[in-house]
Amino acid sequence: MNAILTIAQRDLNKLLRDPVRLLSTFIFPFIFMAALGTTMQASLGSRAGFDFIAFVFTGVYGQTLFQSAAMGLISLIEDRQNDFSQEIFVAPISRFSIVLGKIVGETLVALPQGLAILAFAFVLRVPLGLPQLGAMLAAGLVICLLGAAFGLLVLSNLSSQRAAQQVFPFILLPQFFLAGVFTPLQGLPWYLDILSRLSPMRYAVDLARNAFYIGNADAPLVVLESATMNLAITGALFAVCFTVGTVLFVRAERNR
Amino acid sequence: MTSTSPPAPAIEVLNLVKRYQKAETNAVDDISFEVGSGEFFALLGPNGAGKTTTISILTTMLSPTSGTVRIAGHDLDREPSEVRRRVGIIFQRPSLDLNLTGEENVRFHSILYGLYPFRPTFRLMPGAYRRQLADLASVVELDGDIFKPVKAYSGGMRRKLEIIRSLMHHPEVLFLDEPTVGLDPASRRNLWQYLGEERARTGTTVLLTTHYLDEAEGADRVAILNRGTIVSLGTPDTVKAALVHHYVLVDSEDRVRLDRELRALDIPFSGEGPYRLQVEDHDTHAALRAISTPLTLVRTHTPSLEDAYLEVIGRSEGEEVTG
Repeated sequence: MNAILTIAQRDLNKLLRDPVRLLSTFIFPFIFMAALGTTMQASLGSRAGFDFIAFVFTGVYGQTLFQSAAMGLISLIEDRQNDFSQEIFVAPISRFSIVLGKIVGETLVALPQGLAILAFAFVLRVPLGLPQLGAMLAAGLVICLLGAAFGLLVLSNLSSQRAAQQVFPFILLPQFFLAGVFTPLQGLPWYLDILSRLSPMRYAVDLARNAFYIGNADAPLVVLESATMNLAITGALFAVCFTVGTVLFVRAERNR
Repeated sequence: MTSTSPPAPAIEVLNLVKRYQKAETNAVDDISFEVGSGEFFALLGPNGAGKTTTISILTTMLSPTSGTVRIAGHDLDREPSEVRRRVGIIFQRPSLDLNLTGEENVRFHSILYGLYPFRPTFRLMPGAYRRQLADLASVVELDGDIFKPVKAYSGGMRRKLEIIRSLMHHPEVLFLDEPTVGLDPASRRNLWQYLGEERARTGTTVLLTTHYLDEAEGADRVAILNRGTIVSLGTPDTVKAALVHHYVLVDSEDRVRLDRELRALDIPFSGEGPYRLQVEDHDTHAALRAISTPLTLVRTHTPSLEDAYLEVIGRSEGEEVTG
């Protein structure tokens, strides 16, 4: 536990000591939400039959945390390129502890973005009560953990930051649409429906909506699965991504 | 009556082979050696000889292709955590986090090695940690800078910080992979002085790779590695004696007379002036007394480890070409 905490704290310190990164962390999701949500509300809101700004807000919340945590794991490759990973991997601790420390660290780095999005929800007048706020924070934590574990699996066999920067958008961008971040998923053709169900971001976004739409009349129009089902799938995906990702990453690290 | 078995060697390497993926030759090609507990062992060789690959395998950072390695009695494959617990390393390329302060780098290492519990700040760390850090920082004269960001450190200061870090957990075996590269002469001397004192105090086994052959002169034994194989192994004196001969350089204004006299005295020599006399150390005086030709130059040559190194590398390169 001590090792996990110290590895996690290092990642958080890096964020807090980088003002530009800290600022962009807050600004980008706000622009995304304000610009996209309001334009889509104007063009599609009345036809969809529910509040589009709230829909995009919950989508962007889930997507941002998932993506941010996933891409944060690129710091594992950055450490390798800066020769710092040798200091970590020569330590007498479990390889799973090392990777879990990175996952917790990147979760802590991504979470402030979630807080910023929740704060901007008030600016955009998205109705957000205290129970919803608590539920969304808890969901945010789960989403970050899943995103980071997914990121680990994606980069486990990549050798450079450049390769990771090229591969991640390729894997994440289609999920924006397959996860229903900006558009409802009801009525998808069968082949897109299969791809959507295979997309981990779908369960992250849906979990965020589970939290936001508690007791909301729009819930049946927006939410896809129950919170229990989303949590079960998220837990299973985390376990698979974490275990397989760690084994592959450590093997790639030693078997050169 | 009780019987005691001799202590296990600190490092045992048997038939170690490493071939990198997609490589056509072995980076380390069937090497075997032992390093005794408390020994100072130097691994020499040109770039690409396999030194860093060997150290990477010995510190569990790289999988071997085949072979057996035991560190402090623990098998590398079966007990990697036990091995990691017992080794310290100063890497060839500094492995510090430049975003952290010197102290934060040391704290990160100490908590990772389970020496102290996690605390988010220096002030909350146990007194024992703060005292140990202060002691080590003062020895390497980094105490005034230990709380500064590492990105503001010079190359020498970064090396000193790595030394502090590598010694925090009192390793039984310390691997030094070209630790003085980029250091100025004064920093090099301080580093070796401190490491010498630390060895004398704790009996730490040291395995060093270096390009500075004067640093290896003080080693108990040296191994010269070339193209992945050990081409010479022994104490610095035996390696020098086996490879490079002691000789005396003489010259005279009357080279014709000197040449004739050397032949008459049956003293083996080479060159056409100055003349290189192949005499053993104890024969030097007798040889010089026997020469009556007035000499303008007398210079004895005592081989250095560098001579031996260049000789053995040259020979193995030659064998590679002709073989």
